[in-house]
Amino acid sequence: MTETLESSKLVGQPLKRKEDARLVTGETNWTDNIQLPGMLYMAILRSPMAHAKIDRIDTSRAAQMPGVVAVYTGADLAGLGIPCVWPVTDDMVGPTFPVLAADEVRFAGDAVAAVVADSRYRASDALEGIEVDYSPLPAVIDMTAALADGADLVHSDKGTNKCYYWEFTGGDYAAAKAKAEAEGGRVFHRQYIQQRLIPNAMEPRAVVCAPMAATGEITLWSSTQIPHVVRVLLALVTGIPEQKIRVIAPDVGGGFGSKLDLYREEVIAAVVAGKLGRPVKWTESRSEGYQATIHGRDQIQDIEVACTADGTLLGLKVDLVANMGAYLQIITPGIPLLGAFMYNSIYKFEALHFGCTGVFTTTTPTDAYRGAGRPEATYAIERLMDDLAAELGVDPLELRAKNWIKHEEFPFTTIAGLEYDSGNYEAATAKATELLDYSGLRAEQARRRESGDPVQLGIGVSTFTEMCGLAPSRILSALKYVAGGWESSTVRVLPTGKVEVVTGTSPHGQGHVTAWSQIAADALGVPFEDIEVIYGDTKMSPHGMDTYGSRSLVVGGIAVLHAAERVVEKARRIAAHQLECDPADLDFEGGVFKVRGTPGAEKAIQAVAFEAFTAHDLPEGVEPTLTADSTLDPNQFSYPHGTHLCAVEVDTETGAVVIRKYVAVDDIGNVVNPMIVEGQVHGGIAQGIAQALYEEAVYDADGNLVTGTMVDYLVPSAADLPHFTTDRTVTPATTNELGVKGVGEAGTIASTPAVVNAVVDALRHLGVHDMRMPCSPQTVWRTIQTAAGASSNSNGAQS
Amino acid sequence: MIPASFDYARPDSVETALAALAAGGEDAKVLAGGQSLVPLLRLRLAYPSVLVDLGGVSELRGVRDDGDALVIGAMTTHYEVMTNALVREHAGLLAEATGTVADPAVRHRGTFGGSLAHGDPAGDLPAVALAYGAQMVIAGSGGRRTVEAADFFVDYLQTAVGPDEVLVEVRVPKLGAGWGHHYEKFHRTAQAWALVGVAALVRRSNGSIAEARVGLTNMGTTPLRASAAEAALAGVDASAAAVASAADHAADGTSPSSDLHAQSDYREHLARVLTRRAVASAAGL
Ligand SMILES: Cc1cc2nc3c(=O)[nH]c(=O)nc-3n(C[C@H](O)[C@H](O)[C@H](O)COP(=O)(O)OP(=O)(O)OC[C@H]3O[C@@H](n4cnc5c(N)ncnc54)[C@H](O)[C@@H]3O)c2cc1C
Repeated sequence: MTETLESSKLVGQPLKRKEDARLVTGETNWTDNIQLPGMLYMAILRSPMAHAKIDRIDTSRAAQMPGVVAVYTGADLAGLGIPCVWPVTDDMVGPTFPVLAADEVRFAGDAVAAVVADSRYRASDALEGIEVDYSPLPAVIDMTAALADGADLVHSDKGTNKCYYWEFTGGDYAAAKAKAEAEGGRVFHRQYIQQRLIPNAMEPRAVVCAPMAATGEITLWSSTQIPHVVRVLLALVTGIPEQKIRVIAPDVGGGFGSKLDLYREEVIAAVVAGKLGRPVKWTESRSEGYQATIHGRDQIQDIEVACTADGTLLGLKVDLVANMGAYLQIITPGIPLLGAFMYNSIYKFEALHFGCTGVFTTTTPTDAYRGAGRPEATYAIERLMDDLAAELGVDPLELRAKNWIKHEEFPFTTIAGLEYDSGNYEAATAKATELLDYSGLRAEQARRRESGDPVQLGIGVSTFTEMCGLAPSRILSALKYVAGGWESSTVRVLPTGKVEVVTGTSPHGQGHVTAWSQIAADALGVPFEDIEVIYGDTKMSPHGMDTYGSRSLVVGGIAVLHAAERVVEKARRIAAHQLECDPADLDFEGGVFKVRGTPGAEKAIQAVAFEAFTAHDLPEGVEPTLTADSTLDPNQFSYPHGTHLCAVEVDTETGAVVIRKYVAVDDIGNVVNPMIVEGQVHGGIAQGIAQALYEEAVYDADGNLVTGTMVDYLVPSAADLPHFTTDRTVTPATTNELGVKGVGEAGTIASTPAVVNAVVDALRHLGVHDMRMPCSPQTVWRTIQTAAGASSNSNGAQS
Repeated sequence: MIPASFDYARPDSVETALAALAAGGEDAKVLAGGQSLVPLLRLRLAYPSVLVDLGGVSELRGVRDDGDALVIGAMTTHYEVMTNALVREHAGLLAEATGTVADPAVRHRGTFGGSLAHGDPAGDLPAVALAYGAQMVIAGSGGRRTVEAADFFVDYLQTAVGPDEVLVEVRVPKLGAGWGHHYEKFHRTAQAWALVGVAALVRRSNGSIAEARVGLTNMGTTPLRASAAEAALAGVDASAAAVASAADHAADGTSPSSDLHAQSDYREHLARVLTRRAVASAAGL
């Protein structure tokens, strides 16, 4: 291909996002903006207690309050529940999860009653008119205690707080350990804590449901990532026939996994709107969402590696305890297991043993949060690699280079059984160390240590990979997930030559409208502006598996490409017929079919579209309209990787941590729109830093959410974050035509361990070997104090 | 959550505001910038019967020079305070500390008077008012009275302003030449409240510290003066070592609270470190 053709391609260009004018000005369609004639407003009464028997609910006073249309309790909506679609083991304990608690509340914020009134204010007022008598039951908060014999139970009828134990092995860990021990190597163990996080999408959840009594249809608008999945589940749960349900995800202001669910309020709104025959709206407030929308992470990670004396890794053993919360949302139990294949990361091991115990507590259910399983895995292995390097007295980059898969070894099948198609860890790491000035900062670190500077410098490393492009359906089947991982697209060239791209992905900030337009414009040779992308409405985009797990481009974007290519093939047959040549004699360039060797004999794809519309002169066997579908089930995952380096300054007097420099070199293969990639990387890093330094959802022993508002749950803003130095290396994926890998979660996965490693690195010479997240000033200061106390004690003992 | 219903009055003078408060009875409440009150309403932690919005009372807004003091109207916003030329010239500590309050959106709505009347010991401005020895002018049905900063902050979220009164203005004395200042705020995110803050005013003369006034944010149920440290600083050499040893007394006599982000011993430690830094900076060290 010539230079000019290459540069005329739109894929790879930082085009401004088509959706931004609308989103930035707010002239758009958030669920809460929707107003329908006769609309009612719903408010949910939530349990103030973590765990209690409901002795009595009296709604009579509330029902009499001004504007109140109806009040529902668990008894009224009995039989309606949230299903778990990922029973990870045959003997998994899966409690019924009613949409309104009837007999017992099991977390602070558990839904107890629903009020429907003629205004949002009056619905809220009426919540105060509902009387509930609770008999307190013991809160179950601590995961380890919950698993002990005789523990108080979250679900007393289940006889246990254990949800499941799930195991996965590759190779023989015991043998690898024995080998390490026999050869004078090491067995190195660490325990890391993944604190509980609150996802905090910018737009809180909201639902509007409009019933159509005459036909039995309902239209449900929801601030969801997964309109297609919600439709199927809503049909299964409510019994409303699937063809009568239309789910629309209008503009959705972020999700990060928290809107990858079927929620109680969606079910209640659908059922109640049907009962009342009027549209019903529910909008979550921020503090309500802190209790009613899923939380993320919350795992205890025990990780052990066996290695030779020189640090060559042999075996890896991971034992997790993962907090499910009080109930299972749709994929709660599977989230920690998504990490099972990623603990070995970019390294070569002979053996892997992974076990995970899911445990119930009286807390808000957990589920997917940006990265879902993979940040946890990356955190543990990357923290361990820095710790092991320190233990061995080698540079952390050196230890990694010794153990990672070399670029010439791809494709490489890991000990977890995944085939990594491509990667170049050497190149990304070389670029990152140069951008950071790694050796310069190491020298400064030495000087500061030497001089006893109260502000110490630390450098943290994170070389990561992740599995993206969820997911090959056969692998989901093997994992007992009850749905597939395909994605679908339809491309239509309209009679006037304009184009509609229908996609089953459901963007909520990722810029699919722009990226899919770039892909389709290149494939069809039509202007970027001529393309409309249709999504997020089960009536207009009937087939889809929606957006999560960095899957949209790698699966959905390739489906767009395939559908567009099929359109071109159909157009080629029509053009050949009309130009009276063999289809194979046509070149397709810039949207025009040209008869090879006959200048002037040509037909543009827009003209072909009109011919396909009139259908006056189509070749034998070619049907009218210029449209084609593709439904793509990926054969493999994709494996983005990268090297993130972080330098922090730690004020040892106060414990304050300041990020001095942050370098991210990501290899996400080919790039469709570098500006969108940059945005994803920036946001991702910010979210990972948030876990490292700021955020933690805290329950007290009674099960109250102490971090109930943003005053206590600290989400950092731009003002708290450093400049990010970002760059890329490009090792195209070999598993899809565009060579793309996915970028939605990379920053979050990579950054958390880079930052915590840097904090620990700054303080290692003071005897600090670990730091619990978030590395808040108080935690850092106390850890330094404890280490100082320990070293003065041991000095005392020696002298 | 969303607020319960309330009545709303928008008077245009202090007198009519007082009348509206009196008419509203016990549960009437003044609304200034709403940056502390509205969150309480939204969480339904407050159920006022009527909100008396001072936003239309223009006499409460602005800064004037009154000879030996600046007089700052209660409804002057944080943004107006921190950018006001008189404040910057004569009350640099106030301008500096106000610039650390929350974020631009809050600073454009929140008011100086509201911050003081709210009486939150975690707020940055009470400790500053205390360090200056400011005077608060309060209007009630019986006329106006002046309360010294030292007597103004009564307890957690409790001040000398009665429920039927309005804080009208604040007199901040001009300290004159020779004084340096610094506000050292320690917080977890840019928008967050101080875990601890230290407001320092220092007068140097002939190589020593003639006088130091140190106000502490969030070291108790009210803003406090670090009296032991102030006493230890009086007359010492303006040297890092002398300041450091005096600052070791910064937490003496305080009993700060413990919360999620800071236990009391950590707050005491921070008070010492931050006092050292604030005083050193104010002393030009
Ligand atoms: C996100 C956020 C972050 C914040 N961070 C900080 C921070 O870091 N530091 C800080 O100092 N502050 C902070 N604040 C608070 C802010 O400074 C407020 O402006 C201040 O606390 C209250 O001022 P206001 O004008 O908004 O008062 P309002 O909220 O309107 O009123 C507060 C209380 O004072 C009473 N009141 C107000 N004015 C008068 C008056 N003239 N006479 C009698 N009573 C009166 C009201 O009745 C009410 O009880 C923050 C606020 C927010 C929302």
